Amino acid sequence: MIRPLIVLLAALCLAAPATANPALEAVIADNLDQIEKPSRRSVEPLVAQIAATGPEGLALLSAWTNRALGVTEDGRLLIVDSDSATDAATGAAVPDADPRMLRPNSGVRGVIDSALVAGEISSPDPARRAAALASIARDGTADHLAALRAAAPEADPALAAQRARVTSLLAIRFDPDPAARVRAIEGMAGDVGLDFRAALNPLLATARVAAPAEPQANIARELTVGEADFPREAAIALLTSQGVLQPRLTPADQRNALAAHIVDGAVAGIPVADLSDQAARDRAYEALEAAGAVPPAATDAEADAAIKAYRFFETYAEPNSAVTDAARAAQVRAQVRLAAMTGIDLGLDALSLASIYFLAAIGLAITFGVMRVINMAHGEFIMMGAYTGYAVQTLIADRTLSLVVALPLAFAVTFGAGVALYRLVIRHLARRPLETLLATFGVSIALQQLAKNIFGTQARPLTAPAWLEGAITVNDVISISSIRVAIFVLALLFLGLFLFIMKRTRLGLEVRAVTQNPGMAASMGINPDRIAMMTFGLGSGIAGIAGVAIGLFAQVTSELGQQYIVQSFMTVVVGGVGTIWGTLAGAGLIGGLSKVIEFLNPANTLAAQTFMILFIIIFIQFRPRGIIPQRGRAAEA
Amino acid sequence: MTPQPFILRNPSILVVLAVLAVFTVAVTLLSQAYGSGVIPTSTVKVLGKTLCLALAAIAMDLVWGYLGILSLGQMAFFALGGYLIGQWLMYARTETIVAASLAQNPIPPTPAELQEGVANQIFGVVGSADLPLVWSSAHSLPLQLLLVVAVPGLLALVFGWLAFRSRVNGVYLSILTQAMTLALALWLFQNDSGFRGNNGLSGLQNIPGLEAVDQARLSVWFLWGSALALALAYVLAAWLVSGKFGSVVGAIRDDETRVRFLGYPVEGFKLVVFTLAAMITAIAGALYYPQAGIINPAELMPIASIYLAVWVAIGGRGRLYGAIIGAVVVSLLSSWFTGGRAPAVHLPGYTINWVDWWQVALGIGFVLVTLFAPKGIAGVVDRIGPPRSPSPEHHAKEAKA
Repeated sequence: MIRPLIVLLAALCLAAPATANPALEAVIADNLDQIEKPSRRSVEPLVAQIAATGPEGLALLSAWTNRALGVTEDGRLLIVDSDSATDAATGAAVPDADPRMLRPNSGVRGVIDSALVAGEISSPDPARRAAALASIARDGTADHLAALRAAAPEADPALAAQRARVTSLLAIRFDPDPAARVRAIEGMAGDVGLDFRAALNPLLATARVAAPAEPQANIARELTVGEADFPREAAIALLTSQGVLQPRLTPADQRNALAAHIVDGAVAGIPVADLSDQAARDRAYEALEAAGAVPPAATDAEADAAIKAYRFFETYAEPNSAVTDAARAAQVRAQVRLAAMTGIDLGLDALSLASIYFLAAIGLAITFGVMRVINMAHGEFIMMGAYTGYAVQTLIADRTLSLVVALPLAFAVTFGAGVALYRLVIRHLARRPLETLLATFGVSIALQQLAKNIFGTQARPLTAPAWLEGAITVNDVISISSIRVAIFVLALLFLGLFLFIMKRTRLGLEVRAVTQNPGMAASMGINPDRIAMMTFGLGSGIAGIAGVAIGLFAQVTSELGQQYIVQSFMTVVVGGVGTIWGTLAGAGLIGGLSKVIEFLNPANTLAAQTFMILFIIIFIQFRPRGIIPQRGRAAEA
Repeated sequence: MTPQPFILRNPSILVVLAVLAVFTVAVTLLSQAYGSGVIPTSTVKVLGKTLCLALAAIAMDLVWGYLGILSLGQMAFFALGGYLIGQWLMYARTETIVAASLAQNPIPPTPAELQEGVANQIFGVVGSADLPLVWSSAHSLPLQLLLVVAVPGLLALVFGWLAFRSRVNGVYLSILTQAMTLALALWLFQNDSGFRGNNGLSGLQNIPGLEAVDQARLSVWFLWGSALALALAYVLAAWLVSGKFGSVVGAIRDDETRVRFLGYPVEGFKLVVFTLAAMITAIAGALYYPQAGIINPAELMPIASIYLAVWVAIGGRGRLYGAIIGAVVVSLLSSWFTGGRAPAVHLPGYTINWVDWWQVALGIGFVLVTLFAPKGIAGVVDRIGPPRSPSPEHHAKEAKA
């Protein structure tokens, strides 16, 4: 009943901030001494009193902690803003003031800050409440936890959920009662948020100790010398750092010590010339040690004895074992869920990579399927498409419109280039696949250099429209950029279009006939030459479209095609020629595989590619004709 | 009629050997070290390197022109040979330097310290200080020389056995060989593969133990070595393709299935030629890189191997001298045009700068050669020379038709 009234009052106060506040005036008058010389211990009730007086009180506190509060000779408090000053209690402007500025220490400011946050959490403005929560989530303290718990219930459901989450996170870190912390941890178990994992990490931080017997601490586990993450060297280093063992001698130290004790061309009676042998050096050092000339160093035997005498433990910094047990359980659950989500994310990545390979390879697969020729200039058609997109973008400023224009234009340009290549070169090399491969390679290097001459060597940007920028984010782990979704859709679209052309149109029927048996198709009145030209143009056109798509997320350079051509070859070879499903399977396999290998070895993409190619070479051993081989007579050609 | 020795049956052998001898003597007499000094040392090196490329082209011609496998991975063997000889060159030289610097310490170094110093020197650039396992024989010249032949040979044997066994051929095989060289290049590009990542091996022009010999004389020595290797390889290849072995190999190119049905172990023949060619290519690489001075993984990117195929095609495949002509002519032309010394062509409104346009001209020229002169430059030799039996391509076309 009362709460709406308070809210209403607060709203009224906010509406008129520059009004006098008698309550605040009274508090100031009573406590001026303490405001001028506050102490960390006693300032809390005063701050609470000031905060309770309303918005003016909060404004005063905020000025105080920001060191913008000054006190005048006659005992008034002024809030100083770069060049103007207002009276904190009355809100009146004070011209020509020369106040003495107050400089509270950090302890006092901490108290004030918590009080401010507490005030902000109950602020009537939802935006300010959200900002306060966000600031607590960034760096909260034990004081904030108390303030959050004391605050009035939150009305906004989204903010209420957020506040509950922040409170739990703070409870995990600061609650003095272990049972409450365990409850908070268990309440959040299964969450994969970064903040939750970050809150768990300090609880599970461990330190290694060596002790003769089990120490009085929250022990995570006992270490055995020689296990994978605790080799003998680590044990020796630990013992040395605890002062149990003398430092071991490094070869460099030994050499320097020996060099410092050369007498008449010999060290401890051993000639210098013989010291090119480690055993001789050890003997010399031991002799010096026996003579007391050099500090003693731990020998292997001493190190072994010390390792035997001691036990090694990993202990938690957090003393309460119930808390650490709960934290470990929660971390395991978080990791399991995290692994599942990483898997999903990986799958999405693989899917988008596969669609790129699919788009890049489909044209290659068509031409290879119909004519048995590998078009080495296919990569340059991809590049041509990307440059078409770039050229269109320089003419049409609107990104969406330019993309809409660029896609069909890229298709048209590369379709034309493909047809020209077919008419001028490829049809004259019929049935000589290796020569075709080399001739198209000649075209490829000429086109590449031509692009370099026209567009220069520096990378050209092909900017995606605003609605394609950004990413679709599900949670902290799963996210995928919009461009990749768009490319996936584009790939699906082309899959559909291609299937339609092949299965439902006259052209598709004729293409299939020529693929299966060119001679028979010709005798049925189909012109194989025309069909080959059309398929070549179609394949090249799709390469142009793929070029625009690739250009949206990669830099457009004259080498753009080269980066995709080998993967495209692999896709075709692995998938098997002749059917679109083979290309699809090949793209899926290669895209998925490269993402998985990349995930297993994220630091080293080069190694990932190497393994991937090795896999393909071995794969070809077992399925020389690809995943979905061509059957029947066409396969013998 | 008793068969003539193969040298008499193939007059090109004597011609090639004679030309090679005249060329070597002429370059020596015009070099700075042993003659009038008309040819600068850098040009001698270019000529020596060109001979090595011709050697690689002969191997390529064996595999492609005679066996019919368009291998797009030959440069992998070439670069492997370079890397393996480079290991010794770099290790031995660094060891000398490190030993000299450690000798200034009052205490002589242990073998372990010496090796650590060498490893630091060589691998510091990729942030490592340990000598990788693949360098364990780098200290010994004989071992590395053995590896120059053995490693590429073994790679070719394993790869060829895998590929031929499952009857991968034609375009598929070309793509697969390309994949092989790409995989190798990507592996070498890594810093932790033990070959200094994209830094490659450098300083290879300094031969350990021959510090007193200046580069002018070294370059001529290497020219002699390259010419000798080329001559030996030419005779070996010509002998190989002249007899019954050569006939079977040519038959495999023309119709593999028919040869298999006649009872010949096709895979065995293919493996022998493929492996032998890999070894020859590796030797060419081992001679090339000490003259080039530096090797890095970019050398075995697929494009390099395709260029090798281009040279052989332009020179005329199926003829050993064609491969030499192609490699020499195209590689020398390329370095002349891209070296910036070729005069620019001034057209109205545009100036053709050859540094920018040579690749375009090469690409177009290559298409034209493929279209109109499938026999390459060597085809011209056929026209002026005595009539030969019908060309292998002719057979191939009839067999397919």
